[in-house]
Amino acid sequence: MSTVRVLVGTRKGAFILTSDERRTDWQVSGPHFAGWEIYHLKGSPLNPNRIYASQSSGWFGQIVQRSDDGGQTWAPVGKDFVYEGVPGTHQWYDGTQHPWEFKRVWLLEPSLLDPDTVYAGVEDAALFRSTDSGQSWQELPGLRSAHGHLWQPGAGGMCLHTVVQDPGDPQRLYVAISAAGAFRTDDGGVTWQPINRGLKSEWELPDPNAEVGHCVHSIAMHPARPGVLFMQKHWDVMRSDNAGDEWYEVSGNLPSDFGFPIAVHAHEPETIYVVPIKSDSEHYPPEGKLRVYRSRTGGNAWEALTVGLPQTDCYVNVLRSALAVDTLPSCGVYFGTTGGQVYASADSGDSWAPIVRDLPPVLSVEVQVLS
Amino acid sequence: MIRVVLPHHLRTLAGVRKEVELEVAEPVTQAALLDALEARYPALRGTIRDSVSGQRCSLVRFFACGQDWSHEPADAPLPAAVAAGAEPFMVVGAMAGG
Repeated sequence: MSTVRVLVGTRKGAFILTSDERRTDWQVSGPHFAGWEIYHLKGSPLNPNRIYASQSSGWFGQIVQRSDDGGQTWAPVGKDFVYEGVPGTHQWYDGTQHPWEFKRVWLLEPSLLDPDTVYAGVEDAALFRSTDSGQSWQELPGLRSAHGHLWQPGAGGMCLHTVVQDPGDPQRLYVAISAAGAFRTDDGGVTWQPINRGLKSEWELPDPNAEVGHCVHSIAMHPARPGVLFMQKHWDVMRSDNAGDEWYEVSGNLPSDFGFPIAVHAHEPETIYVVPIKSDSEHYPPEGKLRVYRSRTGGNAWEALTVGLPQTDCYVNVLRSALAVDTLPSCGVYFGTTGGQVYASADSGDSWAPIVRDLPPVLSVEVQVLS
Repeated sequence: MIRVVLPHHLRTLAGVRKEVELEVAEPVTQAALLDALEARYPALRGTIRDSVSGQRCSLVRFFACGQDWSHEPADAPLPAAVAAGAEPFMVVGAMAGG
């Protein structure tokens, strides 16, 4: 029987939740790194017991931890994230230029191809790569050459929060940055191009042809259809059928198309999930009803998934890295809230139950299925 | 031996339970003390001072013999009582928040 391991990053530590494949009886381990902010944990798809964690503190800075035994023990690895060359400047909130300054690691994305390679998405936005299991980090500076001087921080900072790897093309990667947009490399990270055509951000970006400056919140891809991308933007749920060259809106009948995460069903490339949030000013579900929305048509037609989720007086948020799916035959869906709940569905979202209810605010959720 | 008191989170990170004792060559300065601390506990590198510039992290403070040493030059000799091990050098996380 398989084991499911859910890796949860929170404002005050990491938690590891495990269950057998029935996903009804969960064991909770943690807090690991108690009291520290854990922005993200993720395991290697090639070596699942190798897990990376981004640990940070407003007092003591950035730490990166690695476990080689599935999260039972951890050791700090490299934490020197030094921008290549003269870092230069980017656009500040008031339109002036501001020096690039490292603040924290938002995302650790282990490679699909090499168990010793891992990517780190950082704030101020840049992409780093380690080929020695996190001991040392090198920037892929070509990314910031893609109009980096025009990038600007979103309300949460100027963070590179999403890395998507094309499983069929080792040279192709996608990243997303708030508030710069989406970018693609076709040469393994040497050169990058903005892929934001079709995104509309009228209030923030009056120029409809702006190449960068879009506040992309998350991107998801199904591995069987690597040219099809789904995006939750600040406002709007978007889709691209040509690897990001052009995007079109698929918000359809959502009660709000503002939100943070987006995910694709493990076995149905046209089934996608979002969690609508009322607005950019009110970061909680519309009408106080916590609803995951599922589209089985790749967008536009959405159904509310409510069974087992609070439908009155719920005012939590679900952050961009806090939604994930497992790969079991009946696809599991998981999300964490800023209220400290982690909800799980073992039936593709038809019904939900909390695994835990009272963790610190949840920053990220990732899932592993172990044979 | 020089005695160093670390804040809770750095004790956890370094894997120590109480104050740390270090050999530091004369003259005992803040910089020499932190060099020795980071050499013994590499996980602490970058958590107290910037690993490139050496500048103290903005929400970290240093105290010794009842005095705030946070703004003293890194190469200034520390008090004789610290150098003799009679008093600890204290690394403190600044009060912040509401």
